Amino acid sequence: MRGINITISVLIASAILGYLMAFIAGLCRLSSNVFIRKATGFYIELFRGTSLIVQLFWLYYAVPMLFDIQLGSNWLVGVIAIALNYGAYMSEIVRGSILSVAKGQTEAATALNMSSFQRMRLIILPQAVRMMLPEFGNYLIQMLKATSLVYLIGMNDILYYGNILRSNDLSQAPTVYLLLLVFYFILALPIIWLTRKAEVISKKGVAS
Amino acid sequence: MTEPIVTFQDVHKSFGDVEVLKGINLDIKPAEKVAVIGPSGSGKTTIIRMLMTLEKPTSGDIIVDGKNLWKMDKNGQLVDANEKHLREVRGDIGMVFQHFNLFPHMTILENCMTAPIHVKKENKQTAKQHSIQMLEKVGLGDKLDNYPSQLSGGQKQRVAMARALVMRPKVMLFDEVTSALDPELVGEVLEVIRDIAKEGEMAMILVTHEMDFALDVADKVLFLDEGVIAEQGTASEVIEHSSNERLQSFLKRFRA
Amino acid sequence: MDNWSWEIFFDAFPVVLEGLGITVGLTLACYLFSLIFGFVWTFLRRVPFKPLNWIVTWVMEFIRSTPPLVQLFFIYFAWPMVPVVGMTLSPFTSAVLGLGLHFSTYIGEVYRSGIEGVDKGQWEASQALNLSTRQKWLKIILPQAIPPTIPMLGNYLIIMFKEVPLASTIGVVGILHMANSYGAQYWAYLEPLTIVAILFLVLSYPSAILISKLEKRMNRRFDKKETLNSSKGATT
Repeated sequence: MRGINITISVLIASAILGYLMAFIAGLCRLSSNVFIRKATGFYIELFRGTSLIVQLFWLYYAVPMLFDIQLGSNWLVGVIAIALNYGAYMSEIVRGSILSVAKGQTEAATALNMSSFQRMRLIILPQAVRMMLPEFGNYLIQMLKATSLVYLIGMNDILYYGNILRSNDLSQAPTVYLLLLVFYFILALPIIWLTRKAEVISKKGVAS
Repeated sequence: MTEPIVTFQDVHKSFGDVEVLKGINLDIKPAEKVAVIGPSGSGKTTIIRMLMTLEKPTSGDIIVDGKNLWKMDKNGQLVDANEKHLREVRGDIGMVFQHFNLFPHMTILENCMTAPIHVKKENKQTAKQHSIQMLEKVGLGDKLDNYPSQLSGGQKQRVAMARALVMRPKVMLFDEVTSALDPELVGEVLEVIRDIAKEGEMAMILVTHEMDFALDVADKVLFLDEGVIAEQGTASEVIEHSSNERLQSFLKRFRA
Repeated sequence: MDNWSWEIFFDAFPVVLEGLGITVGLTLACYLFSLIFGFVWTFLRRVPFKPLNWIVTWVMEFIRSTPPLVQLFFIYFAWPMVPVVGMTLSPFTSAVLGLGLHFSTYIGEVYRSGIEGVDKGQWEASQALNLSTRQKWLKIILPQAIPPTIPMLGNYLIIMFKEVPLASTIGVVGILHMANSYGAQYWAYLEPLTIVAILFLVLSYPSAILISKLEKRMNRRFDKKETLNSSKGATT
């Protein structure tokens, strides 16, 4: 099966970028600076309020027209769209997890004279990340499903090759699409398994 | 006459419209053991939380070792302290909480070691040595690699004390440290506090409901009522010989 | 920003808007389908027969973790070729089946969490009162299981609304399809796609706020006991 490398590389790149966005935006939402908070809030609502496929087309067709720039390859457009979209969703998880670490933890860290940066790095984040893991796993599956959309902006991923196979022999359509579905499912299986592991881990070692 | 290590000067604190503390004046000398008693809602905990910089006073000054805690000098003017200033001054203070607040993602040893390493910049070996020493002192030398969730309430509170002691504060605050414990575990925690008190050096402020314990350990007892210090003196003066009626009825409830 | 043209914007607006009826209609049809089919999943998982539970769980997992786009293609392009049961379906019907089925697996989970959220004592109490199975479900369990799920179900309506444009790939002429064909015709994608984005934002953002308000109200109603307990723990 050709096109696998595209599907997988888009998944990995957009997951890394998406998690990064989630942390940046999630922490910005907790900033004491009103402007940073509002601006991040706008980004989050914008991307959660419209759908991924619209964002993808918008980045692919509209942005180059609007600003007279090329966003590089359509691989990059796909990665950016998926990362920005799911980054916005996951930033809420980052924010919620940080907020749900018990207040007593911050107080104890203050009583040990830690700076606000040390409190975040040593005490709050290690606990918050444990809480985030299961949801992060669920969103990784969402991102895996979303990678199929890059076909719509002209990428030669597995869906593209599947469609070519079908148009060569229409009677093969059921086999082709079933194989594609199974392929995605095989990719998803380890993520499902890891997510269940993460659920067990996250139940331990958190004060809330 | 020694200089006080902690001084409160007309400190007020309001939460919203409710004034919890209505002008607290207080001197605590180095190595002095002070017990703060009083009915719920009288503002006992708020006093030590302001000293730990967990709550900001509405007005008034808190002086720690000659330095104003909540205000700093900026071009000859007193302005609200920033975090850097707070960190400089509160380094002399340690606190033990009612609900322990141990870090659940760290072992007992790591709970104690983290602050010395990151805050006091001690090297890892020294920090580890001191932490083990302290944990042995509170009787938990055999639990170093356990996680807080594996301990009883009394053990957790002893870890919390070791964790605070490792920072070698000049003033240690105890916020109702036995209230969240099962009755049979209170004794072991009080025992440790008594030992620490005997060693001397450190000033201690204990917010507590354990009257007999306060009588035994404290040099000075403060009775806090309706936002002011209604009565103060040596333990026996306050607890046994006071004529304050509200104090008498408060004590009756606790010693019955 | 020189490439932005208000002229095209206003020219394209009514064209794109024509697709709104289809988009909203498809959303509602898919939603209804998944609400009903969600019950089927929940029911099948409760049948006291282990192998069936196991199969149902994995089928749900399969549907949930594979792309709805591929599922749409399967139903629209491949279903007619399947021997015996296969038949040709219109794009709209395919979309209802495909997206509805996909999201029914999520809805089924919501129902399950609602049922499992009912206190164990309630089951035992209805047993003790010797209620029939029918009475137990209608009078005791469902009235308690359904209200907490309402905000979650509302969220899924919004999520589905945002997934429905996928159907434009198999030729359902919703707003995205209208925008794309306008774009292809006049080689002007910027304005019509922006209109689509605005329409989504205008429709989904207020509904999201509404649902989060609803959720807060529900939480207040159902967590009363918890807040009472936690206020007791406050220190002086």
